[in-house]
Amino acid sequence: MIEREFSAVAGTGSPQPGKDVARDSSARNSGADVSPSAVAGAISKFFEWFGDLGIFFWQVLRAAVTPPFEFRELIRQLDEVGSKSFPLVALAGAATGVVLSLEARYSLTRFGAKSLLPAAIVFSVIHETGPIITGLVVSGRVGAGIGAELASMKVTEQIDAVEASAVNPYKLLAAPRILACILMLPLLTLAGDACGLLMGWIAQALVEPLSLHQFLNAGFKGADFNDFLPPTFKTCFFGLIIGLVACFQGMRTKGGAAGVGRAATSSVVLSSLLVILADVVLVKLILIFFP
Amino acid sequence: MNTVQQADDPRAGRPAVREQSMDSTDQNLAQAPTKRTRAEEDSNQNDPAISVENVHKSFGSQKVLNGVSLAVKRGETLAVLGRSGTGKSVLLRIIIGLEKPDSGAVRINGQDITGLVLDQLGEIRMKMGFLFQHAALYDSLTVEENVAFPLQHHKREMSKSEQDDRINALLAEVGMENARGKMPSDISGGMQKRVGLARALALEPAILLLDEPTAGLDPISSSEIDDLVLKLQKEHQMASIVVTHDLHSAKTIADRLALLDKGNVVIEGSFEELQKSDNEFVKEFLKHS
Repeated sequence: MIEREFSAVAGTGSPQPGKDVARDSSARNSGADVSPSAVAGAISKFFEWFGDLGIFFWQVLRAAVTPPFEFRELIRQLDEVGSKSFPLVALAGAATGVVLSLEARYSLTRFGAKSLLPAAIVFSVIHETGPIITGLVVSGRVGAGIGAELASMKVTEQIDAVEASAVNPYKLLAAPRILACILMLPLLTLAGDACGLLMGWIAQALVEPLSLHQFLNAGFKGADFNDFLPPTFKTCFFGLIIGLVACFQGMRTKGGAAGVGRAATSSVVLSSLLVILADVVLVKLILIFFP
Repeated sequence: MNTVQQADDPRAGRPAVREQSMDSTDQNLAQAPTKRTRAEEDSNQNDPAISVENVHKSFGSQKVLNGVSLAVKRGETLAVLGRSGTGKSVLLRIIIGLEKPDSGAVRINGQDITGLVLDQLGEIRMKMGFLFQHAALYDSLTVEENVAFPLQHHKREMSKSEQDDRINALLAEVGMENARGKMPSDISGGMQKRVGLARALALEPAILLLDEPTAGLDPISSSEIDDLVLKLQKEHQMASIVVTHDLHSAKTIADRLALLDKGNVVIEGSFEELQKSDNEFVKEFLKHS
């Protein structure tokens, strides 16, 4: 039923040897690696994938807003996505803070603007590096986890069993995971930002004594909520992308253990790619609406 | 050949069982969310519990079902036999709505389910229990949680102690009361099927679909599962379809047998009728079973 509802899912059908032979032969004849028909097929699959993703999103949205609600599963997923991702996000944020501090100090000293170092670190972290690093780290950890878990359930017929038990799998499995990603990404971003700023200050204080208070005062001088809130809340979109893509890839898996592996990999690759692309669009929108 | 022959029924007490089953269906209808007229209710009582009409199903170029028609009355058990890859499991998945037929109709208590969306199917599925070929237990939940799963989602009005009592009763019914806290990976294949059966029975379904309940089990475990299915059918008076390769098991638990070949029902009737058949495929199948 799930398969049926996004029935035209690209690449999930059985291989068609005849078509492959035709494609190979065509490629040989044209002397090129990629024939026009193969390109057309790839483009068609690309749009089919987005179409199926849209249908999947609609199914999840409809299931999510109709009672009964799966609060217990949501809380479990909040823990899974949030608290279990915290150490990794904190570590990534801290490392970014140190690197920024070291790199910015070197560059700013060259241009005689060393006094701007705290502001450079703060603005870099809260505007861009904090949100995007958090998005990518969560995409790797949570995207792979959700993709593999749901794919494993799919190939062992556990999702069919959920459906056969008259429980809507979009409501039970997809909606809580996606919602948890949407809710947890901004909080994890805050945690990542805090660790980044802390370690940025420590890295600077080790070279040149400076109190945390002075560092923050200098860093946040001239900053307002428009510098802070839009970049933080844009990670809700990252969460939506990560949860949606991972659930979609997991729930449409076919092909046993290899299929589970493919689902986990494609969840991470696609969600990371889409997070980066979404960031480009969101940064532009933020600059337009929150100048 | 296609008609049900009471005289050949190997099990005593079947007609009484059917009467009781119709009573329970009345109750289901009375609890249905939409009001039905008296005429509709009478019509539904006369409908078979499961009716498959001229169902076709293909996967790509591979034709799996080619115009299959079957009907199962309330309280009756039909065994679907056939070689591997003849579409037996696909047929069960179509009946419960996990697959959609290319054409044809599937009626559950007279209602065509082929055009229903997920939420509408959910209402129908609450009256159905499905045992998957490999049990399909939730591997991150314990045996107890697996059986509790349908209750937690559909019997929210039940208190925790009522749910516990129900789970205990279900596990005792399938002889798994001592495995409550175990994970599915810690129990054998036969035990997993027992737990799967308990889960399928949790909502007291009027229809039970069993996909190869004895596949991959040793003869003793197979026999135990057969006895269990037989006992449960007697107690719960469900309409059942059992997909199996195991002719002995089919003989034991079914009123009628249907033999599938190349996506078609070759023969349908009692075991004795199958034995009397002149059809070459039927003879061949019985010879090797």
